[in-house]
Amino acid sequence: MSVLVNKDTRVVFTGITGKSGGFHAKQCMDYGTNVVAGVTPGKGGQTFEDKVPVFNTVSDSIENAGANTACVFVPPPFAADSILECLDAGIELIIAITEGIPVNDMAKVKRKLLEANARLIGPNCPGVITPGECKIGIMPGYIHKPGTVGIVSRSGTLTYEAVWQVTSLGYGQSTCIGIGGDPINGTNHTDAIKLFNEDPDTEAIVMIGEIGGDAEESAAAYIKENVKKPVAGFIAGTTAPPGRRMGHAGAIVSGGSGTAEAKIAAMEAAGIVVAKTPSDMGTALLEAWGK
Amino acid sequence: MNIHEYQAKQLFEKYGIPCPKGAATSSKDDFESCIDGLGEGLIVVKSQIHAGGRGKGTFTDGFQGGVKLAKSKEEALEFANRMLNNTLVTIQTGPAGREVQTIYFTEGADIEKEYYLAILMDRATSTPVVVASTEGGVEIEKVAEGTPDKIFKAYVDPTIGLQPHQARGIAFKLGFEGKQAGACAKLIFNLYKMFWENDADMVEVNPLISTTDGGVSALDAKVSFDSNALYRHKDIVALRDLNEEDPKEIEASKFDLNYIALDGNIACLVNGAGLAMATMDIINHCGGEAANFLDVGGGATADQVTAAFKIILSDPKVEGILVNIFGGIMQCDVIAEGVIAAAKAVSLDKPLVVRLEGTNVERGKQLLADSGIEITSADSLADAAQKIVDIVASN
Repeated sequence: MSVLVNKDTRVVFTGITGKSGGFHAKQCMDYGTNVVAGVTPGKGGQTFEDKVPVFNTVSDSIENAGANTACVFVPPPFAADSILECLDAGIELIIAITEGIPVNDMAKVKRKLLEANARLIGPNCPGVITPGECKIGIMPGYIHKPGTVGIVSRSGTLTYEAVWQVTSLGYGQSTCIGIGGDPINGTNHTDAIKLFNEDPDTEAIVMIGEIGGDAEESAAAYIKENVKKPVAGFIAGTTAPPGRRMGHAGAIVSGGSGTAEAKIAAMEAAGIVVAKTPSDMGTALLEAWGK
Repeated sequence: MNIHEYQAKQLFEKYGIPCPKGAATSSKDDFESCIDGLGEGLIVVKSQIHAGGRGKGTFTDGFQGGVKLAKSKEEALEFANRMLNNTLVTIQTGPAGREVQTIYFTEGADIEKEYYLAILMDRATSTPVVVASTEGGVEIEKVAEGTPDKIFKAYVDPTIGLQPHQARGIAFKLGFEGKQAGACAKLIFNLYKMFWENDADMVEVNPLISTTDGGVSALDAKVSFDSNALYRHKDIVALRDLNEEDPKEIEASKFDLNYIALDGNIACLVNGAGLAMATMDIINHCGGEAANFLDVGGGATADQVTAAFKIILSDPKVEGILVNIFGGIMQCDVIAEGVIAAAKAVSLDKPLVVRLEGTNVERGKQLLADSGIEITSADSLADAAQKIVDIVASN
């Protein structure tokens, strides 16, 4: 069992004929993901890798190939439009990998999401993987292993680091969710924690955050009230200078808010075992889990 | 991206946002004509740097105040001559300060009362928010802490924009009445228009003032823009002042690298922003200090990695380098090729610790091993951080 994606997920890649879209669609297919369609406006009728049909619109991919989940790989100026197209077409789960979408565009997307019966993961994220079943995104598949640890993170490579440590310690993952490093995202830490909390096959949770905003504090408050499963965590950016945007559009300490210290304090107060360094995420999990 | 106050005021004028008449120049020869273009009365002389706290700042030669009120043309000229090409230190510049390369002269205003006004993106609600306060001219964080009841907010539906009633509502909460309330509402409405149409990250007017003749005016202006949206604002990009940025950061931006100069002596080259921050954190945890933040991004090429190497090596403080790559999009062999190319292109005379993991890791490690370059390899992030800290400490 898992959350969000599994072996039955039918994926459409928007931007599949682009260089990185194509590269990662192929990687996902090699992993075993059921990629049923691609979308590139104007290239409908082509075939990707000799087997995946390419359509002009997302609606066509639903109608003709039965897509129910989208992976958005469209360049930043057109990415919000691609997400909105998925929403309007009725896609239930949209995973947006694209980095660099203007925040105003995302504010409009977020507003539309409120009215839609759909979930957005990302943007600016590595995607979602249920090991052994379905990989939608850019993460290296081989570091994962099927298991019972749910992992949620704002950072891509830091997630790989956590996954690698958990796998190396002999444990696997139920699902790993990259929620992305932008200030406005479709799914936040609390949303992901709720999914893991309700998933009977997720036994323990790793929550990775970073400076900026207060999503980790909110999630910590939720965990304190609602989550009985063991939770470990890590916050990046303890040494980041205030007022500077640290690579991710959302990673900034401004006006004294969004500091790593405040997040770590809130998490520890909620009973989360917070790793002291990024190398200790796996062992923090074992400590929280009592293994 | 940040712009200067005088540039922000030019945008204000374009959007019909009242502010004191002013003129800016980078040349001493133009001081007089700038001043002559203004009306009679007091003249405000303002140093233009991308940092707050100018008024209370001190120049490195001891001259007090980066913003001065002059009673005469002669006094304004004297102030401007003291400020231009002088280095101003404020609470936001750090001890090194910033060289003032432009002076902005404005007419003095008859201030009745000072207010605070800003528009920014609220992360919790994912909507723009207008923030206003009756407490102007002071730090808004302090007002929020001490007297939060004096802060008023209006959240904006981004699909329909700020509505006139919201702008009026803020004006009335600030205590404006009659025509002045209308003028304030119009200013807020136009400020939102400017914020949204230009993809501003934040617009801050501190202070906004009411004037004794019944008007409202934006006395100061601080505006920054969403870097991700600059591709659709060529006119805003033209306002970028490279003198305000670290030369290494400018060079990095040419190659789409996320680089931020820091104070330590251990350079790091990492893929992914979160891992790059975490790498700085663990260097600190091991007793060292990072010389920079550098995220080479998800899809970096060998050319970008080479450029990244040249940039971190151009920092004279650097005594050692840590490369930490967990390959997802970024493949380890690409990083390895970049490291090898860079080491050959520049004379690499600094200790180098490399930790690779992820896609094509074996090929990457093999390339490094076969390159003939002296590299200490590490198996984990903790191992890598400890090794580079120890090597630098022992040198």
